Amino acid sequence: MGLFKKLFTSKEKRKKAEKYKIGMMKTRNNSLSSLKDLLRNSKKIDEELYGQLEEIFIMADVGVDTVVEFIEELRVEVEKENITDPKELENMIVDKMFELYLKGEVINTNIRYNEGDLTVILFVGVNGTGKTTTIGKLAHKIKSEGKSVMMAAGDTFRAGAINQLKVFGERVGCEVVAKEAGSDPSSVIFDAIKKAKEDKIDVLLIDTAGRLQNKKNLMNELGKVNRIIERETGSNVYETYLVIDATTGQNGLSQAKIFSEVANITGVVLTKLDGTAKGGIVLAIRNKLNIPISFVGLGEKITDLEYFDIEDYIYGLFSDFFE
Amino acid sequence: MAFEDLTGRFQMALRRLTGKSKLTEKDIDEMMREVRLSLLEADVNYKVVKEFTEDVKKLAYGEKILKGLKPGEQVVKIVNDELTKLMGEEAVELALKHDGLSVILMVGLQGAGKTTTAGKLANLIRKKHNKKPMLIAADVYRPAAIEQLQTVGQQLNIEVYEEGLIEPDTIVKNGLAYAKDKGYDLVIVDTAGRLHIDDSMMDEIKRIEKLAKPDEVLLTVDAMTGQDAVNVADTFNQALHITGCILTKLDGDTRGGAALSIRKITGVPIKFSGTGEKLEDIEVFHPERMASRILGMGDILSLVEKATEEIDEDEALSMMEKMMTGKFNYNDLLKQMKMIKRMGKFSGIMKMMPGMKNLGNMDKIDDKQLEYIEAIVGSMTEEERKKPELVNRSSSRRNRIANGSGRSYSEINKLVQMLEKQQTMMRRMQGMNPSSLESMAKGNFEPKQSRSERRNKMKKKGGFRF
Repeated sequence: MGLFKKLFTSKEKRKKAEKYKIGMMKTRNNSLSSLKDLLRNSKKIDEELYGQLEEIFIMADVGVDTVVEFIEELRVEVEKENITDPKELENMIVDKMFELYLKGEVINTNIRYNEGDLTVILFVGVNGTGKTTTIGKLAHKIKSEGKSVMMAAGDTFRAGAINQLKVFGERVGCEVVAKEAGSDPSSVIFDAIKKAKEDKIDVLLIDTAGRLQNKKNLMNELGKVNRIIERETGSNVYETYLVIDATTGQNGLSQAKIFSEVANITGVVLTKLDGTAKGGIVLAIRNKLNIPISFVGLGEKITDLEYFDIEDYIYGLFSDFFE
Repeated sequence: MAFEDLTGRFQMALRRLTGKSKLTEKDIDEMMREVRLSLLEADVNYKVVKEFTEDVKKLAYGEKILKGLKPGEQVVKIVNDELTKLMGEEAVELALKHDGLSVILMVGLQGAGKTTTAGKLANLIRKKHNKKPMLIAADVYRPAAIEQLQTVGQQLNIEVYEEGLIEPDTIVKNGLAYAKDKGYDLVIVDTAGRLHIDDSMMDEIKRIEKLAKPDEVLLTVDAMTGQDAVNVADTFNQALHITGCILTKLDGDTRGGAALSIRKITGVPIKFSGTGEKLEDIEVFHPERMASRILGMGDILSLVEKATEEIDEDEALSMMEKMMTGKFNYNDLLKQMKMIKRMGKFSGIMKMMPGMKNLGNMDKIDDKQLEYIEAIVGSMTEEERKKPELVNRSSSRRNRIANGSGRSYSEINKLVQMLEKQQTMMRRMQGMNPSSLESMAKGNFEPKQSRSERRNKMKKKGGFRF
């Protein structure tokens, strides 16, 4: 029995994974992602098959280096184990995918709450990835888990960003600390932390303006934001989520790398996974930079945010395997 | 990061090829492997890459290459030429009405930058085509999208038509009637971001297209989009009559391979690119510049091309190597000047090397000067030519050289300084720390003149052959 089958025999588990599948189903129907067909229809393990495997991973936007390494390792293992039947590759590929992500570690991506005190969560990322929307969704999630939430409108640059966050604040039913457009984001954040502490709020979600990672000044501004948070909370332990759009290609790696230089990125939020893009670059981000994925965005509704689960994600990528 | 690795790798592959006088099929294969990885890392669609590399291979294997004297350059040229051909050779203009109301419909995924771009575009067309633009706010889904467009409109002093959160069809219909009424001659409709697989949202945009009868339907695509760009563009193009693409966020460090994929798979031309956060930061898209960005090598291709036209490539490469190591003596200086005379101004060559255009302001050399320098170097002993520091240290040597060459002492000093200047510059380039090299490499992404523009400019100035 394949590893996957074992994993998904529990009904509850399957039900949760289905949600990933629905989001990713549209892609799976492409002939490209049909890994199962590929392995079934191949007569032997040869260069052509490796080429096609490579194609599947590249098409999912897994980093080019990571794919090349992955295929190389697969090749070595096939030789070592003396495997000739393509169907036997199935488990090996899935195993290796898990290995690639987990790297022999137990990854806990739950929010690290600062029990009995304020927990700060900072959202950063390039423009248009869905930071503000994600904050709305996460606020809803945290609130429904019984904690009090506040938002800080730290994106004072993009037109309409403050109002967008305010709308989410109303929907979720939490306070939004904001100043007028164009004001210093650090001062908004300063005020918000103060207010959150006074009001004994559990979790403060901080929005920031989208910034391309090659803009030095904007990246330095993030450094300042970090210093304010550390100073005002008296702690350097807080979550910083890098929000990455699933349609992003190889540039995602550059985003993760350069944002990590100015902020202690503790997790990735992979948004827009309900499209046809698979966001495979997050595998490369984990592989190369050790940053895990914390949440995935799976739709436009306020409830469409899920804790990331590597099993579900791989299920979404290759669920043909066990249908 | 990826960019650096890749540029380095690619240049190595180029080097291996350009240094050879004969080319084997193995060389071509090796080269094409690098080209392939390079394009994949630039997010060019897998299928497009596959086809492209196979086409180029065929061209390179063919007679053309085997009969040629310097096959290496021909491969480089083929790669570049084919890429440029794929991208489309010239900028494609907007097709707007001369009289009456022109309508542009903005469509795309969420977060691609439609609203910002709608404002930028209205502003650009107002200036360039002398139109009176109005914006319609038809994104009724994303919270505060209307406010965002209104703010943009205010900043640009362009009227924004909105009716709040009602059916977008109605807003567009009323908005167009309003625009006609008020004598506007350009309307840009901002619509909600939508997934190409969301049927009901795609139906909505189809309805809007039908009733607005736009002159242009512009698909806004994030330049950082990966392999999925093709799916998105293709699906939008099947549902609507897409007339062009706008590539946004091109001021980032992405190589923008999506542009190539979209162009190749859908045939839709890229018409504009977003190049910054300010509302002026939009440009007419120049496809021929994009080819070299996607390859990630600055204009090194044109350097190769140009060098092969005028000088022996071995000579050029060994010169380049010497320059890079900072071991540069009078013999090299003389050789370099002769080469430069054949190729055009030194600064021009420097500018074409990735990331180095800022260092290009070298002194001009005219024919007379070259003659004088030849005379001066000719009066040096062989040892002095090889070890410039001998001349630096001893004023009696400089006196002797001045007498021997018939040039003045100060001219000798000038030449000594010139060599030193070049040496330090090269050393500086050599010893740069990674971060400044990185920023230089990024500076390389600034839009450049196209080759044809450059050629024309040079023609006007005269004197330089290209």
